[in-house]
Amino acid sequence: MVDTSQTFAIRVRDLVVGFGRQIVLDHLSLDVRRGEILGLVGASGGGKSVLMRTIIGLIPRRSGEIEVMGEPIGATHDRSTRSLASQWGILFQQGALFSSLTVRQNIQFPLRENLVLSQQLMDEIATAKLEMVGLRPQDGDKYPAELSGGMTKRVALARALALDPPILFLDEPTSGLDPIAAGDFDALIKTLQRTLGLTVFMVTHDLASLTTVCDRVAALADGKIVAIGPMRELLQSEHPWVRAYFHGKRSQMLQPQMR
Amino acid sequence: MNAEPLLAAMPSGDVLELRPAGSWIAANVSKLEALSGSVKADVDRSRAVKLDMSGVSELDTLGAWLLEKLSRRSPSTGSPAEIVGVADNYSGLMDEVRHVNRHNPAPVPAPNAALLRLNDLGKATVGAREDIAIFLQMLGALFMALIGVVRRPRSLRLTSLVYQLYRIGWQAIPIIILITFLIGAIIAQQGFFHFRRFGAESYTVDMVGILVLRELGVLIVAIMVAGRSGSAYTAELGSMKMREEIDALSTMGLDPVDVLILPRVMALVIALPILAFIGSIAALYGGGLVAQFYGDMGPAIYLARLHEAISVTHFKVGILKAPFMALVIGIVACSEGLRVKGSAESLGKQTTTSVVKSIFLVIVLDGLFAIFFASIGM
Repeated sequence: MVDTSQTFAIRVRDLVVGFGRQIVLDHLSLDVRRGEILGLVGASGGGKSVLMRTIIGLIPRRSGEIEVMGEPIGATHDRSTRSLASQWGILFQQGALFSSLTVRQNIQFPLRENLVLSQQLMDEIATAKLEMVGLRPQDGDKYPAELSGGMTKRVALARALALDPPILFLDEPTSGLDPIAAGDFDALIKTLQRTLGLTVFMVTHDLASLTTVCDRVAALADGKIVAIGPMRELLQSEHPWVRAYFHGKRSQMLQPQMR
Repeated sequence: MNAEPLLAAMPSGDVLELRPAGSWIAANVSKLEALSGSVKADVDRSRAVKLDMSGVSELDTLGAWLLEKLSRRSPSTGSPAEIVGVADNYSGLMDEVRHVNRHNPAPVPAPNAALLRLNDLGKATVGAREDIAIFLQMLGALFMALIGVVRRPRSLRLTSLVYQLYRIGWQAIPIIILITFLIGAIIAQQGFFHFRRFGAESYTVDMVGILVLRELGVLIVAIMVAGRSGSAYTAELGSMKMREEIDALSTMGLDPVDVLILPRVMALVIALPILAFIGSIAALYGGGLVAQFYGDMGPAIYLARLHEAISVTHFKVGILKAPFMALVIGIVACSEGLRVKGSAESLGKQTTTSVVKSIFLVIVLDGLFAIFFASIGM
């Protein structure tokens, strides 16, 4: 038998998450392979972000198992999830940059907290990360309040990558960006994924990102993964919600070639 | 997975050959820094350097950057090193780090400490003028809004006003009573304790009555309100500013002063005299209790002494100050709230400034009133 921890970066089994009497995720199972970019789609309020936040341990689960890089994740946010934190980088939807630190200090923050290294090396690494996400070294002295939406996302990505984690979680990385900036950001994620050998778990509504960067797409409906596979397969799916999502008016209008 | 990182430096003729091996990843950073630091001198001394990376089993950005930095050498010592043996899966990463840190901006020279002090002093001076200007602007804006309300009484936001009165007036009553009660009791106790030596215990009542009614009642209450409600106003308006709610109001054709600030300041101006009255009574009651249990002076005597010692004038002097103090607290709290900028830190800073400034101004105002009342003989 093959050692599954080598093939899968994230394994979710029979996950149940709910708030009060409402069940958001209902016996959900999902595998993310190492080195792939997985896109997760689903209705607004349908539990996409809940799934992501449960995997990284921010939301407690009712039952089910989660493994990240072969390590089981505890049911609540505690010391054990914290030690796993260097295994993943997370890009929150609004960036979640620390507003009282400069861009450079934001990127250095995970380095400073987790490693022992000289200030000079830390500066060099921060500048390197800034340049890798396509910003200028001078931008490092700005404060988050002075950044545009696209720059905020790039800085947040640089911070998420500060420790070179094997897994990257992206929560709607292209929302709020213009199509050109969104396209650039997609390309950037693809490049970084290739150079750093990352596994990327991406929650998105952007059909263009789904087609261009994602290796596989998972559709979340009614608290379950109803379809998963390359974009081609999802377009063929017979599930009513998936059909409505990919063959709705907007999708047809934007991408007539999908027919 | 994580193998001990190594770095061998082997001179062969003119060429220094570097053979890194093991895991060059962030988790081993202290070892890696020491390793690359130990060969730095050799690398800079040699005429040519060759970097053979075939032994590297794991590599991430940090490791790649350290190796790249070694291979670049200092520009004075000659050509950069030749890099060979990069594993396929790491060639992209090595190419990526080749481009970074090329154009380091010149470090900003540390400014002269004395000049920095002078600079701060200058900024503070100009800032003080700006503070006065903002205070007067807010006063003017409030006055205009008030005229608008007098002209069309129905434009007053009654619901908001009542809600603010409930929050800063009604809900503050228990804590105000508790604190002023204790203050009154403490003053009375000190009075009895020290006046006893001169046999002047009965004058304690005069002291408590005059002090509480003229000064302390209103001052303590104003300081409490500045800390309790002024800070809340600043934080509320500040976070509304941060989330563009105030901009949204303006674009709907509504004046934030009418909608948000006037009801709040009016509520303060109405509530503070009432709270000051309640506070003064509680302080006198506290004094009375101490008189009975500590000073052996029964309630009847206490009340009779109080009746002789104080007049309506003392009460007027205290209570007349309250609305003005409320106005100052309201204006400072609201204008500081509107000065909040994008960051969480700025919200905290502005809230602190608001409380400090309004307490300071309340005390200054109290001093000015003391001079004023003394000169008109009240």
